[in-house]
Amino acid sequence: MMTDPSPVSAPQAPSAPDLLAVSGLRVEIPTRHARLVAVDDVSFTIRAGEVLGVVGESGAGKTIMGAAIMGLLEPPGRIAAGSIHFDDRRIDTLPYEAMRRIRGRDISMVFQDPLTSLNPLYTVGRQLTETIRTHTDLSESAARDRAVGLLQEVGIPAADRRIDHYPHQFSGGMRQRVVIALALCVNPRLVIADEPTTALDVSIQAQIIAVLKRLCRDHGAAVMLITHDMGVIAETADRVAVMYAGRIAEIGPVRDVIKRPRHPYTVGLMGSIPAIGHDTDQLTQIDGSMPRLTEIPTGCAFHPRCPYIRDRCRRDRPELLPVGASQAACWRHVPGFDEGPAHA
Amino acid sequence: MHSPAAPPPSASRLNHVAAAVRRARDSDLMYAFLRSPITVAAFLATVTFVLAAAFAPWVTPHNPFDLASLNLLDAFLPPVWEPYGDPRFLLGTDDQGRDILSTIIYGARISLFVGFASVLFAMVVGVTLGLISGYVGGWIDAVIMRIADVQLSFPAILIALLIDGVARGVLPRDVHDDLALYVLVFAIGVSGWVQYARTVRGSTMVERNKEYVQAARIIGIPPMLIMLRHVLPNVTGPVLVIATIHLAIAIITEATLSFLGVGVPPTQPSLGTLIRIGNDFLFSGEWWITVFPGIALATLVLAVNLLGDWLRDALNPKLR
Amino acid sequence: MLAFIIQRLLQSILVMLTVGLIAFGLFRYVGDPISNLVGQETSLAERDALRERLGLNDPFFVQFARFAANAAQGEFGYSYRHRRPVEDVIAERLPATMELSLVAALLALAVGVPMGIYTGLHRYGVISRAFLTVSLVGISIPTFLIGILLILLFGVELRWLPTFGRGEVVHLGWWSTGFLTTSGLQALIMPSITLALFQMTLIMRLVRSEMLEVLRTDYIKFARARGLTNRTVHFGHALKNTLVPVITITGLQLGSIIAFAIITESVFQWPGMGLMFIQAINDVDIPVMAAYLCLIGFVFVVINLVVDMLYYLVDPRLRVDRAVAAGHPG
Repeated sequence: MMTDPSPVSAPQAPSAPDLLAVSGLRVEIPTRHARLVAVDDVSFTIRAGEVLGVVGESGAGKTIMGAAIMGLLEPPGRIAAGSIHFDDRRIDTLPYEAMRRIRGRDISMVFQDPLTSLNPLYTVGRQLTETIRTHTDLSESAARDRAVGLLQEVGIPAADRRIDHYPHQFSGGMRQRVVIALALCVNPRLVIADEPTTALDVSIQAQIIAVLKRLCRDHGAAVMLITHDMGVIAETADRVAVMYAGRIAEIGPVRDVIKRPRHPYTVGLMGSIPAIGHDTDQLTQIDGSMPRLTEIPTGCAFHPRCPYIRDRCRRDRPELLPVGASQAACWRHVPGFDEGPAHA
Repeated sequence: MHSPAAPPPSASRLNHVAAAVRRARDSDLMYAFLRSPITVAAFLATVTFVLAAAFAPWVTPHNPFDLASLNLLDAFLPPVWEPYGDPRFLLGTDDQGRDILSTIIYGARISLFVGFASVLFAMVVGVTLGLISGYVGGWIDAVIMRIADVQLSFPAILIALLIDGVARGVLPRDVHDDLALYVLVFAIGVSGWVQYARTVRGSTMVERNKEYVQAARIIGIPPMLIMLRHVLPNVTGPVLVIATIHLAIAIITEATLSFLGVGVPPTQPSLGTLIRIGNDFLFSGEWWITVFPGIALATLVLAVNLLGDWLRDALNPKLR
Repeated sequence: MLAFIIQRLLQSILVMLTVGLIAFGLFRYVGDPISNLVGQETSLAERDALRERLGLNDPFFVQFARFAANAAQGEFGYSYRHRRPVEDVIAERLPATMELSLVAALLALAVGVPMGIYTGLHRYGVISRAFLTVSLVGISIPTFLIGILLILLFGVELRWLPTFGRGEVVHLGWWSTGFLTTSGLQALIMPSITLALFQMTLIMRLVRSEMLEVLRTDYIKFARARGLTNRTVHFGHALKNTLVPVITITGLQLGSIIAFAIITESVFQWPGMGLMFIQAINDVDIPVMAAYLCLIGFVFVVINLVVDMLYYLVDPRLRVDRAVAAGHPG
């Protein structure tokens, strides 16, 4: 397995140090019949205060990657290779208790479904204060004051009264605001938001994204925003990583990736979104669907769906290579690609 | 189009069978089965019990109910490995000189008969009521489910006891003794129908609203037929699981009732009756009269329980 | 809250009426109450007079109403066998069963719940697997057999514990207790273990499966992602969420302990209501059967009611104030 020793860097990025550095990460899920590879040789970095979008179809390994960074992979899933560094400290090998102290305080998470993310039997105030008090020395009343402040920040009206309400007394959108408040209540430096708006009504998705973005900026937190919505990425992220079948297909500054997608899969993703990609009159669609983990093709995993397929794509797996301002894993950008025959 | 080398029909059928066997072997169910040695052992134990019970007259070393062959001089003989053990009686004899091993096999025959019969009875009643309840709905559903609720809040053993008690009150003594076995089947069956009915009702209600059932209704296929053809196959798995676990419960219930003296008549002793008889000699040192039927009963129930547990897990991995 | 209680009360009354109807049906139509009360030599005329005096010729509902009214006051007529009022027989037997059931219930809870939590949290641990295997064996050995084996071991072989009866009892008013004497406490050991064992395994398996279910939920994952300690996640968040189903089923299980006492009491000749019921079935002593049925029904109804109330306390979703529940648009 080839790992990229030097973390991916974008030329015009600010000179902030790397907050999170994932290198050659491989997550395996052993099953009865085979050992599935959910995340395969993934490397990327997130700088302090940066918003990295991670986009891809469901099953591309986005969520499992998030869980791996949090140290919350569900058994039998496990990290088989690679490393994760947070603030120059290796965290993927930390014992459970040490990693627990990092969770919530340094890295926190926003889950997909606000309806199920909160414990139904406790008030939101209790869930906030217990998180605050787990990671700080604040007294019960100080923690409560902070909780009220956070609820106000995320835009919950009458926060001093609502704090004593149970989750079921909030609407879905309000609950996701509570979840965001919970994720940010100890000022973490990285927030992993896993499809934070997918379960919500379309009309309030933009509001929640705005709240998330504003709060993370105010609290100085970097964001890893996992989504399958290219539109959200375009509006929110600084850089974007496109995932396909457990690997990064393309990564780069969001403007470059959208304006000039280098990987055929990214091109397809852009083409399927109105008003973001090219000025075409019709939406394009990628034929076929992403392979299941049990049947990932040899060579480039995208080759069965790729319009530019060559022999080499079936045979050899492409690594990420710099193309313009971004990096793409596609043989098309390797010199001599077009000389090969299309069919054997 | 026909292929040049079309196999003869019989061969193609054979291929079908072979394919089915291969599918079965490769299926998750079979995989899970063979991966669990305990389950295989439980299966073998259950099969052994069933076969021995079914062919009791041929496999028992003695006929414990042939009065002519009994000799009171053989009474209270301990198992062969104890002092005074008699090689003719492997597990010893009881107070009337009956071979314990033989009475156990005959007892298992009664226990298994009552077990299977009452499970079948409960299954038929429960599935039928569940189908009707789920498909027809309305007040019929309400009544059936209310009865189920009330019954479910009482332990099965109590209901079986009560039915048996009523039967004693209603039937004359000699008639009751003749019918005791069937009264028992009825009592245990009635006490167990609710689980089937609830499960089947749930699936039926889901299935009823599916489009193909609606379509079948619109073109006038009788509801009965729809239920039998489309709804029933969908509940086979859960019903099978319930039935297996219920079999263990039914065998225990029968044994318990017989132990309490309200089950099968002493002339047809089940495992429970044998334990009851042996219980009288516990204090005089003849432990084997009780212990061996007890071990047999526990082994049988454990084997069936293991099968049921495994089946439930294999059919519904989420529950594991 | 009030509406909730009233609704549950009405339901309970309905259940009691159903049970009462069955009991009355037994009482009135199984066997002939008259021939069970009088001797062979009583003339037909005398029988008819008695029939009339006891109101057995009244319309069905009048008789049922009378039965229900009497039953509500604890009067169930005369036992055919004991020739005494049924309520006296029951009052005499009640303490024995109640004390046995109470000890067994506490034992089952005290052992079953922690074992369930442990096996739920340490799913793949060696001890958990051992517990589960043992519990399956426990479920597979019928209660009466466990009792017999205990008697054989501790009563006959080792001679440590008494094998039948309650030992010495102390009378406190009409209540007789075995808690206050050594022999009473010794006599309690084997029967209560026998009675508790089956419920214990059920409770353990129930708590375990609920625990596994809850540990899979998003809010537990989120609680971990917030960096809460394992202790808080397991006992603060997971355990509390398993309480609702556990309370329900455990409540019902505790009710069935009283019914299962029938078996234990028979094995240990424990002079309680269960033994009385078995004798009544053998003697076709219908009034005793009917009374026992009503009493057990009553116990179950009360337990159900208590369970519902506990539910209400544990789960805030049931305490919904509708005005607030509507919430605000996000």
